[in-house]
Amino acid sequence: MRERELVIVGAGPAGMAAAIAAREEGVEDILLLERDQYPGGILNQCVHTGFGIEYFHEVLTGPEYAQHFIDKLQEMTGITISLKSFVVRLTKDKTLTYLRPGALEEVRARALIMATGCREKTREMVHIPGTRPAGIFSAGLAQKLINVEGLLPGKEAVIVGSGDIGLIMARRFILEGAQVKGIIEIQKQSRGLTRNVVQCVEDFEVPLYCRHKISRILGRDRVEGVDVMAVDEDLREVPGSAFRLACDTVLVSVGLIPENELVEMAGAVLDKRTNSPVSGGLNLTSIPGLFVCGNAFKVYDIVDSVSRDSAACGRLAAAYLKGARKS
Amino acid sequence: MKPYDVIIIGAGVTGAAIARELSRYRLSVALLEKSEECGFGVSKSNSGIVHPGTQNPPGSLKGRLCVQGNRLMRPLARELGMDFKEVGELIVAFSEQEVLRLQELKKQAESLGVPRLRIVDKRWLEKNEPNLSSEALAALYAPTAASISPYRLVFDLCENAVQNGVEIFTECPALGIVRTGEGFQVRTPRGVLCSRYLVNAAGLYADEIARMCGITDFTITPRKGEEFILDKKRELIANHLLFPLPSKISKGILVIKTSDGNPMIGPTAQDVSDKEDLSTSDEGLRKALEGARRMIPAISQDDIIAYFSGLRPVAGEDFIIRHEDSAAGCVTVAGIQSPGLTAAPAIARMVVRLLKDNGLALRQKLLFRARQRELKHLFSIPFSETKRLIKKDASCGDVVCRCEMVSAQEVRDAVRRGAKTLDGIKFRTRAQAGRCHGSFCTTRVMKILAQERGIPLTQVTKRGKGSQIIKGDRADA
Repeated sequence: MRERELVIVGAGPAGMAAAIAAREEGVEDILLLERDQYPGGILNQCVHTGFGIEYFHEVLTGPEYAQHFIDKLQEMTGITISLKSFVVRLTKDKTLTYLRPGALEEVRARALIMATGCREKTREMVHIPGTRPAGIFSAGLAQKLINVEGLLPGKEAVIVGSGDIGLIMARRFILEGAQVKGIIEIQKQSRGLTRNVVQCVEDFEVPLYCRHKISRILGRDRVEGVDVMAVDEDLREVPGSAFRLACDTVLVSVGLIPENELVEMAGAVLDKRTNSPVSGGLNLTSIPGLFVCGNAFKVYDIVDSVSRDSAACGRLAAAYLKGARKS
Repeated sequence: MKPYDVIIIGAGVTGAAIARELSRYRLSVALLEKSEECGFGVSKSNSGIVHPGTQNPPGSLKGRLCVQGNRLMRPLARELGMDFKEVGELIVAFSEQEVLRLQELKKQAESLGVPRLRIVDKRWLEKNEPNLSSEALAALYAPTAASISPYRLVFDLCENAVQNGVEIFTECPALGIVRTGEGFQVRTPRGVLCSRYLVNAAGLYADEIARMCGITDFTITPRKGEEFILDKKRELIANHLLFPLPSKISKGILVIKTSDGNPMIGPTAQDVSDKEDLSTSDEGLRKALEGARRMIPAISQDDIIAYFSGLRPVAGEDFIIRHEDSAAGCVTVAGIQSPGLTAAPAIARMVVRLLKDNGLALRQKLLFRARQRELKHLFSIPFSETKRLIKKDASCGDVVCRCEMVSAQEVRDAVRRGAKTLDGIKFRTRAQAGRCHGSFCTTRVMKILAQERGIPLTQVTKRGKGSQIIKGDRADA
């Protein structure tokens, strides 16, 4: 089995920043594994602007932000990027089993950084009652269908949850000629960044129903509507407040959860509620030499902070390797 | 057009098992299904339990066919290349009074012929089912209980029936039936199909089909059951199928060890009036969690990754399986609620016998292809084997669904073997059935389906007509 100094899983903003920082700290043998056919991670489907203001002092789109890191990676020697590489198993001694086209490989990492990002919470996790027709999408899936595949998932949408992806998708739907019948938020105010509330909701006059929830999804084959209800401070339904919104699509944007299934498989301790590693500090896990960075460690508001903290993780891994070599 | 020997209405597990059983003989058989795919009615919401036969009234048809079906399911699963996990069931008692009822249940089940039953005590339970509530006092252990994929059972039965000459018509509801001197004329959207014999296995709609043949002595009442699927990470939360003591109308809230590995809790039981009402509710969730936690207190709402509801076709206490003397040649198979899936292979034999007793000539085919290729999941086999497969075909190692680790090759294979919808692919492969619920893989699954079927992406559906995923290209928005 091959041994590598540092293996990083995930070539999104976190993994790329960690790889560059570790290389700059003198780590000479880095393998960066990416599941997709190109690096960049979720940034590739984020065609809107607003990235990079803190990190690059520029206003960039997602792909442009990613490109800064991709360019830098390509200038560096000592970093191997393996695309279409999907990790299927991770053990406590930091041995990874991964698939790449035509092969199942094993590699042992002296230090390992997991930069696997996060996934969206589903309708099932927040338990929205009603039927299960076609037309219910996570906001991120709808974003991918529109921005990457050029397909419009619906013409009349209701959005559940007012996280940033939900707000950005409200604007995207309108720009694509579809209608947004409302954004339903159970909390007192939007969970998104102020700039997204202004630029995506207020500027486009999208009705934002705070302290409301969807009590039922309707429709047999395709979504036909949702029943909406007001809730009080204790999130109890307000009697008599129900109304119906006709729509063909429900977008679910109710939060993100770190993807740490591999870290869990290796035996690291996770917080059952947040799915983040339980650890003594930023980017650490309960297994020495196994680090987690970016949205896999905790869910960030903006990518600039992901890059900053992930670079710190790259330096942490470099220091760990130096220490391990000495002892 | 030459009439079929037999038309079967309804391609759920019952109709599919009957079709496959009939395909052993030199007969022309048509199987009609109103949905886009077989098994998309009652069967797709089945819990996938192969019951040992512990909870049926003595002297019932259910009781006899369940025990027989349990026995027949083993060789059947082997022939069809299916996973059959004999996990065993525990009916758990929480009070001294309930312990006494276990004795009764045991005696009753033994009189029906259920083998190898025994009552296990608290010590046994602590050792063999460590997450079980400390309140549990004893349990009736039935080692012959098993789990199987209900969807794959239907798909595989149908696929095998087709290999042996059965014709399946999907999206083909029976709109009207005329009895003639020679048999039956069934009006469908695809024209009139004729047959000498008719089997009514129409599930929730068996009463409506019966009425078309002039039979009016039963009605089907849908009884809704909501079920909640837990993350595969919780696979080991229970080692057996766990049952409370049964009530009059249902077996109660169970903790089910499914053949896919994900534990499932439910089903609730609620009589409803609408045969299409598949909605779930907060009330159902509350009841399922409460019932499941009574047995396994460690189950949490956060473990739930999916839920659904199904409708049991209830026609009184027992199954109705009979030849209709008032409509000679018509066999009714109705009210097939639990343990219908278990009983299906036995029901199929019984129906074939009824047809024979009423004049259908059965001549064995010289060549009946009983065996079928197994759908191999890339990671349920040894790594060395996985390596070999990937070397041979790179698409075996091209993972489409990351949560359940399903490869492009598996998805393609599912379409080639009959999947026409996203749900059809999900039920066959588990792609889109994991914790992200298809957020990451839906686009790739859609593309493979569209490519294999030669249709545009805009025509890909979730479960048939009207359930299109996409509303248009961006260009024509």
